[in-house]
Amino acid sequence: MRRIRKGLTIAVGLAVTAAMSTACAGGDDTAAPAAAAPGEKVELTIATFTEFGYENLLPEYESLHPNIKITHRKTGQGGPHHQNLIAKLGAGSGLADIEAVEEGHLSDILDKSSKFNDLTKIGPQEVTPDRWLGWKYDAGKSKDGKLVGYGTDIGPLAMCYRKDMFEAAGLPSDPASVKPLFATWDSYFAAGAQFIGKSGGKAWFDSAAQNFNAMVNQLDVGYLDRDDKLTIESNAGIRSAWDKVTAAVAQGQSAKLTAFSNEWNSGFKQSAFATKVCPAWMLGVIKEQAGPENANKWAVTDAFPGGGGNWGGSFLTVPTQSKHPKEAAELAAWLTAPEQQLKAFEAKGTFPSQTKALESPQLLAETNPYFGDTKVGELFVTQAKKVTKPQYKGPGDGQIQENVTSPALTAVEQGKSAAEAWTQVVDGAKKITR
Amino acid sequence: MTTIEKIVPESAAGPKHQSPRPTFRQRLSRWDVRYSPYLYIAPFFVVFALVGVFPLLYTAYVSLFDWEIGDDNPKFIGFENYSELFGDAQFWNSLTNTLSIFVLSSGPQIIMAVLLAALLNTKLRGPTGWRVGILLPYAASLVALGIIFANLFGTRYGLVNGLLETLGLDRVDWQAGSFSSHVAIAVMVNWRWTGYNALIVLAAMQAIPRELQEAAIVDGAGPIRRFVSITLPLLKPTLIFVVITSTIGGLQIFTEPKLFDAMPGSNNGGSTNQFQTVTLYMYQSGFENFSLGYASAIAWVLFVLIIVIAGVNFLVTRRLTRTTGLK
Repeated sequence: MRRIRKGLTIAVGLAVTAAMSTACAGGDDTAAPAAAAPGEKVELTIATFTEFGYENLLPEYESLHPNIKITHRKTGQGGPHHQNLIAKLGAGSGLADIEAVEEGHLSDILDKSSKFNDLTKIGPQEVTPDRWLGWKYDAGKSKDGKLVGYGTDIGPLAMCYRKDMFEAAGLPSDPASVKPLFATWDSYFAAGAQFIGKSGGKAWFDSAAQNFNAMVNQLDVGYLDRDDKLTIESNAGIRSAWDKVTAAVAQGQSAKLTAFSNEWNSGFKQSAFATKVCPAWMLGVIKEQAGPENANKWAVTDAFPGGGGNWGGSFLTVPTQSKHPKEAAELAAWLTAPEQQLKAFEAKGTFPSQTKALESPQLLAETNPYFGDTKVGELFVTQAKKVTKPQYKGPGDGQIQENVTSPALTAVEQGKSAAEAWTQVVDGAKKITR
Repeated sequence: MTTIEKIVPESAAGPKHQSPRPTFRQRLSRWDVRYSPYLYIAPFFVVFALVGVFPLLYTAYVSLFDWEIGDDNPKFIGFENYSELFGDAQFWNSLTNTLSIFVLSSGPQIIMAVLLAALLNTKLRGPTGWRVGILLPYAASLVALGIIFANLFGTRYGLVNGLLETLGLDRVDWQAGSFSSHVAIAVMVNWRWTGYNALIVLAAMQAIPRELQEAAIVDGAGPIRRFVSITLPLLKPTLIFVVITSTIGGLQIFTEPKLFDAMPGSNNGGSTNQFQTVTLYMYQSGFENFSLGYASAIAWVLFVLIIVIAGVNFLVTRRLTRTTGLK
């Protein structure tokens, strides 16, 4: 008896703990939204992550529209925000009226476009495509032509580099004369080979994946084509980018630091690498991580291997769960208007995607003292205009980058052969898209 | 009138045995005795049914579907998720990793916990201070610990590698290797749980009657002999508890490997999944690949596995601590 009871207790105990390990999904209910009567009190919620610069804008909107009350839900990091978004999209309730979506997660959201409102239908009619850069506007459209998100900010790519390390290695160092080094990826990696020969152990770039992602983003066709078919085995552009990057790793050009890891942060302070793929928002990251002791050592130039590129930036979406989609779309349209986006840029440095905002004298005159008073506003506007069209990103695109190619390149940096790692890439990408 | 009939003694009721109908009060009192205890323990079982049994069964149900998050019409596919799972190299890899981390953490952890408890059981100055001291890692936030340890085990700028270098040893790329990453994660787990387990063992040690020890001293047994022949066997129930809870915890290990990964927020468990555990893989399947059905299948396989391993541990621990035959 004693033994039986003990066994039972253990079994129950096990069941309790195991239950905690199992997942659960909720039901689904979609209520048809109704537009509020004029003058009726409306409560809107907006969910954003990291910094959108909306802290002062939302009260301003409330004072312009006395019948509207806005609740701002802020999440510190993008990852949890998007996981929450997907989970509640599945649960059928619990989302905010406006949900921010980051570029990297956009393909998963566009894949579920049936759960979002078409902003061309419910949004204010005066909002037209020409408000945004063409590629930014197009990126917010789903395959069936719905406009799922209004663009907020972008991350046009430039190159950041260490002037002092370039000089020490005998390379040209002022922003005009380094441009030829950053003309193409071939010239970039060739300069890297030259650099590491004289740098005394310092690396050329921080992480292989950072360059590879930028290279793949510049291709006409990415990991998936417009039919959502995996291109990884047939896409010569991807393979050539892979070969170039892994060859550079083999030469010792990579500092082998995983982006955004603690080691990577320390790498800035320790001057572990001389160049960095640099979207507009990266300037703030560099300033913070490299610290005051490296002020004026970093420079940025309006050249990027292979033309232009974009990394990052977000969209505001209105899920069909919203009870006040019309009002939500109006608020989203107002927040993404050039005037407001410029204020957000001033508050938190989110680089505007709106054509009018890009012509603003205030933006063009923006300088950055940490980078030797470079006119960064003008510089990134130039870079933003070099981007021609968005690459189509099918469902799973972001995952292939995050969970397949980036880890495989880390494995190469840790000593795995490029050929073996390529097999890892192909298998992993197939598994995600099966 | 009727009441009188009811209290007529049984003998008078005739040859056919017929029990008297009790009053409402009596029935109430009988129900009270018979059913109240169940009512008193019901809250636990009701809550358990809601947050334990239901999710468990629902997970089993979900695991039979090709169920994507947000899918309005999941497709029933029977046991296909399971058959796919058993042919999935990444699953077996994550299982091996989990078991390896489990062995590297639970084994040393329990031995250290018993030894620590034995030390704490000696006459120390300020015993409460020491006891609270070893519990501190448990009280600290797991996420904070994860971040700190991930820093300590940093490849280029980590403290551990710095120490190794000053000792004239080679740097270790803790993230890169299978074994090195498992060791680093096991260190994290042990740091957190050893003190907690030591306190449980200590409580059990103090419950051992002093007379037994004194009798053994009279018989001429030294401290080691007493520890092996008296303390350990009497710790059996506690050790079984500790082994089973650490089995459950060890096989579900999630936060430590997640935070150990250099790529922030990643569920990959390293560049080649070299330290991806089963729960990390489950989480990735469910919330990154959005396939709830597959994740549920993983959850169930893990559940069964935990029961099996906990059962084996139970038997082994009982056997081990019974050897001296003290009863």
